Amino acid sequence: MDNSFAQAFVKAAHLVATLDSELVEIVLLSLRVSLTAVVLAALIGFPIGAVLALYRFPGNRIITLLITAFMGMPPVVLGLIVYLLLSRSGPLGVLGLLYTPTAMIIAQTLLVLPIIIALTRQTIADMWKEYEETMRSLNIRGLKLVRTMLFEARLSLATAALAGFGRAIAEVGAVMIVGGNIRHATRVMTTAIALETSKGELALALALGLILLLLALTVNLAVNLLSAFSAARGYATS
Amino acid sequence: MFRSFARLAILVLILALGVTHASLAGESIILQSTTSTQNSGLLDYLLPLFKKKTGITVKVVAVGTGQALRNARNGDGDVLLVHARDAEMKFLKEGWGVDRRDVMYNDFVIVCPKSDPAGIAGMKDASAALRRIAEKRVPFVSRGDDSGTHKKERALWRKAGIDPTRDSGTWYRETGSGMGATLNAAAAMNACTLTDRATWIAFRNKGDLKIVVQGDPALFNQYGVMLVNPKRHPHVKEKAARAFIDWLTGPEGQKAIASYRLHGQQLFFPNAPVN
Repeated sequence: MDNSFAQAFVKAAHLVATLDSELVEIVLLSLRVSLTAVVLAALIGFPIGAVLALYRFPGNRIITLLITAFMGMPPVVLGLIVYLLLSRSGPLGVLGLLYTPTAMIIAQTLLVLPIIIALTRQTIADMWKEYEETMRSLNIRGLKLVRTMLFEARLSLATAALAGFGRAIAEVGAVMIVGGNIRHATRVMTTAIALETSKGELALALALGLILLLLALTVNLAVNLLSAFSAARGYATS
Repeated sequence: MFRSFARLAILVLILALGVTHASLAGESIILQSTTSTQNSGLLDYLLPLFKKKTGITVKVVAVGTGQALRNARNGDGDVLLVHARDAEMKFLKEGWGVDRRDVMYNDFVIVCPKSDPAGIAGMKDASAALRRIAEKRVPFVSRGDDSGTHKKERALWRKAGIDPTRDSGTWYRETGSGMGATLNAAAAMNACTLTDRATWIAFRNKGDLKIVVQGDPALFNQYGVMLVNPKRHPHVKEKAARAFIDWLTGPEGQKAIASYRLHGQQLFFPNAPVN
């Protein structure tokens, strides 16, 4: 028990070094599901967040409040909701999506969406104080204003997307229910960790946890590099 | 930046959809089963053999028997492999499942810390052993999740004439999770628990626990397989699912079950009726 940590490091190193084929499959599925979910959530969430920040309309406050509250949605509850929707007895049952990666992507997209909307709204609302005058004088309005502001906010938005990715890749409750943790089909890092823990294979579970952390670190690093590159280019052109 | 972002987004989506499609190739059925058949490694051993023979992929959703039956009732599965005879019979009677067959059996055991705090080691009557645990208020971890093991445990308590849930939160602790998680909890709390023998043998974090009670006929653990009723759920892949049931209860499947060994021990004993 005491040397579980040491064992975990050895196991993790061994799994990575030998490129264990099942591990590779699980890692790729984790990345595919969570990255797709984040991209979808960003495509939907960025514009909504910007609109909420830039325009006043009845209900704006309430929507903002609700979305902020949904950031605290427990993944397992969301998983249950998506299960009830996608179950053969549910309203979307005919699609036959339950226990597929698509179902997991749907659940994680819904999970990440409130975070992305809320962070986007806050970012753009803060920037607006600085940009308002310029935008008015240039007569930039409507859809173009949303696009311009999103473009100006791109570096902060990358961080918002990363926060979403962190929530997606780390959650186990939703993907367990709607994915079913099916080997070679819907098993991802977190559900594999839960499974190994339940088998009492604590060192292996911990090793998978280390690899998951490494994965998150890599994705974060990649986005950071991209942001730095984009910032540098921004300087050069302006 | 926008265009490159959009391009990246489209790429990711195509990738996601493409691979999703690829995974649909070849016939597959969904088996709602229990954690014991998965955690013991039995299904990982059997299913490749079945696939080699028929080309059918069996996707396993491993949950407690109660949840497996509920999922199947919702139509979220083609076949059931569970272990709670009374609940299975009720499921059949209500018309949610058809063609149930016995597949295999093993037994439940009571495990406790090596020091045997309840003084029940070697007892042959499981309910009497539980009664002593309750009298001495020795910590006991229950699945508490309506699984086959939990149903068996409740039946044993009923036979002992004790309602342990009145003491829930004190010496009687319900984890509400799978067998493995419950064994982890028992090992960590130095508590007793009821487990199926297959999960116990396969379990790698036994800590200070050991088997203290076994061999009571009441601890018999029968597994059954059945088809989710295609009349209730027309999308059930009846032909492939029946092929699986026939294989599992036929000579090949039965022989494979008998030949599965872990740490030198046989975990499941085939007993499908010969027809």
